Amino acid sequence: MSTATADALSASAPSIRVDGVVKRFPGVVALDGICAEILPGRLTGLVGPDGAGKTTLMRLMAGLLRPDEGRITLLGRDTVRDQGEIAELTGYMPQRFGLYEDLSVMENLQLYAELRELPAAQHKETFERLLDFTKLGPFTKRLAGRLSGGMKQKLGLACALMARPHVLLLDEPGVGVDPVSRQDLWRMVGELTDGGMAVLWSTAYLDEAEQCESVLLLNAGRLEFAGKPEELTRRLEGRSFRIREPAGDRRRVLAQALDLSAISDGVIQGLSVRLVTRAGASIDAVRPLADAAQARVESVAPRFEDAFVDLLGGGPGGTSVIAELMPPVALANDIAVSCTNLTRRFGDFTATDRVSFEVRQGEIFGLLGPNGAGKSTTFKMLCGLLKPSAGSAHVVGLNLAKAASAAKNQLGYMAQKFSLYGLLSVRQNLEFSAGVYGLSGAQKQERIDEMIEAFELQRFLAAEPNDLSLGYKQRLALACALMHRPPVLFLDEPTSGVDPITRREFWTHINGLVRKGVTVMVTTHFMDEAEYCDRVALMYRAQLIALDTPDALKRQVARHDDHEPTMEDAFIELIKRFDAQAAAR
Amino acid sequence: MKRPAFKLRRLVAMSRKETLQIFRDPSTLLVAFVLPIVMLFLFAYAVSLDTRQVRIGVVLESDSEASQSLAAAFAGSRYFSVTPARDRREVEPGLVSGQLRGYIVIPQDFAVRVQRGRGDGLVQIITDGTQPNTATFVSNYAQGVVSAWQASRTPMAGVLPPAIVLQPRFWFNPEIESRRALIPGALAVVMTIIGTLLTALVVAREWERGTMEGLFSTPATVFEILLGKLLPYFGLGMFAIGIGSALAVGVFGLPLRGSVFTLFLLAAVFLIPALGLGLLISTLAKNQFIAAQLALIAGFLPAFLLSGFLFEIRSMPLPIQLITHIVPARYFNAGLQTVFLAGDVWSLILPSLGAMLLLGAILFAIIIRKTKKSLER
Repeated sequence: MSTATADALSASAPSIRVDGVVKRFPGVVALDGICAEILPGRLTGLVGPDGAGKTTLMRLMAGLLRPDEGRITLLGRDTVRDQGEIAELTGYMPQRFGLYEDLSVMENLQLYAELRELPAAQHKETFERLLDFTKLGPFTKRLAGRLSGGMKQKLGLACALMARPHVLLLDEPGVGVDPVSRQDLWRMVGELTDGGMAVLWSTAYLDEAEQCESVLLLNAGRLEFAGKPEELTRRLEGRSFRIREPAGDRRRVLAQALDLSAISDGVIQGLSVRLVTRAGASIDAVRPLADAAQARVESVAPRFEDAFVDLLGGGPGGTSVIAELMPPVALANDIAVSCTNLTRRFGDFTATDRVSFEVRQGEIFGLLGPNGAGKSTTFKMLCGLLKPSAGSAHVVGLNLAKAASAAKNQLGYMAQKFSLYGLLSVRQNLEFSAGVYGLSGAQKQERIDEMIEAFELQRFLAAEPNDLSLGYKQRLALACALMHRPPVLFLDEPTSGVDPITRREFWTHINGLVRKGVTVMVTTHFMDEAEYCDRVALMYRAQLIALDTPDALKRQVARHDDHEPTMEDAFIELIKRFDAQAAAR
Repeated sequence: MKRPAFKLRRLVAMSRKETLQIFRDPSTLLVAFVLPIVMLFLFAYAVSLDTRQVRIGVVLESDSEASQSLAAAFAGSRYFSVTPARDRREVEPGLVSGQLRGYIVIPQDFAVRVQRGRGDGLVQIITDGTQPNTATFVSNYAQGVVSAWQASRTPMAGVLPPAIVLQPRFWFNPEIESRRALIPGALAVVMTIIGTLLTALVVAREWERGTMEGLFSTPATVFEILLGKLLPYFGLGMFAIGIGSALAVGVFGLPLRGSVFTLFLLAAVFLIPALGLGLLISTLAKNQFIAAQLALIAGFLPAFLLSGFLFEIRSMPLPIQLITHIVPARYFNAGLQTVFLAGDVWSLILPSLGAMLLLGAILFAIIIRKTKKSLER
């Protein structure tokens, strides 16, 4: 090791120094004058929504891109000039973990050991250490492609750690990883920082950011905050409140509260409503609302997400124009969606195993579970995209097996990543969805005009969806799904990768629609989003292992200390209990 | 700027990884082992440029002994399958519908014309101009039949047989079987697919799956990464030429008049520009779909159309002829034909080797300039 490295490590001098970095891509400024420091022995979170510039910054640090202005030094080396040395000092785990899916766990390790010139004598000892560390020991012969999302990330981490790097760059290691595996990853990274390594962990999840020792908050290429997450959260001290279990419609209470000028942000949290006041404003403005709903307003500890939303200027108002336009939904039957013993097998693999539940009209029903638990398969069967192997599913009383197209006309579907047609203009996308749902003539035109006005799409009619901002893409996708005024709405991971403000806006629409009697089925991996649901079904290993309101699920796992469990705690605990039962059997 | 030194072990590790991937990916094996066999059988049996039994009509307008005899000569030719007719209106629909490729009219005054002894203008030949090659063939061979018929009748007329009889002999491919000329070309096409298409695909796949980013973050140099990827495909190509040549000689009865060494030398040298082209494509197109399209356009089609495989280069228009000079498969095809049909004729093989090396050098020079260990566009 050269003396420069030793010096850089001995003092608590920053491991990485980012100095006025600007990076431009054709048509966008990806990073706009970033200055930051990353310290050794510490876990630093690089936080921000999709497109904020996280990956670009990581690649610049790894020497894979060159800054247009400014410079980055890593342990005293310039990332452009000394790229060869940077590669030896850093472990970098790209977003899609850079593993070969057709190679086994051991073959992947061997490849990276050779590429990083690990002396042959150390191979055995190093592999044992890494396999033990990642608990991948029993799976050395398994092809990487057959590992679960969490195990893939652990293998990626093991490969990145091969030559004991001084700096570890992890690009969204938490994506596609269920909460249980995520806990493992946190533990592993914790051990590494204790050993003096500088670890940078990028994430779009604010609950992950909250666990970091220090965060760099990026938004639209600018560094909005750098420091301890508590510091940012503390700024919100005294501004977070909860209206505890209001009587009547809590979504109406939220909408009314959000329309008040004193309130900057608010969400549904189980049976309660969580609100954040604007800086300097008083919570008194919402008291009449709470009184009317016979509920108490209580002060709660601020969360990191509150602070993040506040930093970005607060959430949107509470009124959804589109929901106002929708006529109230009246169904003949109170049950909007139901399934009985729904089963789907792929070969000898059962993806969904005897799942039964009923969803009442006007409910938001969440489907949660780790990757590969069978959420998507169940979801696809419920909206008629996949035929069940056994069991039946009904939407608004129509059997999907017998009247699939009639049933499909009763539902709106918004797929992950919006599934818009990139080569059609915004107007053509709208016209296509209207046509596909059988609207024609004056009615079609009327509905399209309605959507354009409600979602303020006039300016973009000729644009292609890919050129729209994320928020507008989301509006357009929702407009397409709502064109035929379906009484049931299916949302598959509707907000993954979307910034908190855009998510707020989305939920404002959903809350408005639900108040009109629309039934919403949603899959999500945001645990706090699960709390916006009326009831949550937890799927694990193809089975439905829990189904209740978010509050009841959290109560199930509550311990006797005063610590209030989060949705994520509940999720992890329920899966552990299921595994324990399965092992006992 | 300090550059990490080249390390053999990293090159070996990359090659080993690539080899493992080849053996785990059924589609790669299919392209490398099954495709050559399928292609060879296809070109040996299904595609034949030999013209035999072309369907024509023979319209006999007179019943003279001479015209009967000529009609019999047509019927007896192995090149034609004859539909006899008395009136041209009987065969015209056949020509229009494509059932006949042409027809020969033996006119009413045929006997008179023969008496007058003019070689041309004896019969009328009508051909289907929509297929120019076949039309030319029909016209030439029909004239040939007439000339041969005339020659055979001359002695009967009491004239001495000609002092010199021309007997054409075709060297290297005495039966002028197209199969013999096609199989070396088919081998060139197979090698282009392995060298260019597979390489373009596998490198693009590394970009697409994000694994290239992982490799770039290690101290491995671009040279090690790319060369490590190419070596196994080089081996795969050599293996394919082995299978293909064994089939060509063992099953299709091609002579291998040159040496096995020269054959493999040609293949090895051809793989340099073929792999280089694949690599260049993948540095331009970092997604498999576009890479495949580019490889088809820049590698496969030229190997198919411009290598002299299906179409003779000398009969192409001059600008196209000039373009064929930058198609490596052209030299490979020529070299293979020499090795198989003529022998180790170094005066022909060396220029081919030289041209392929030159093209390879140019391609790799561009690649080295274009490829940096960076994700910059």
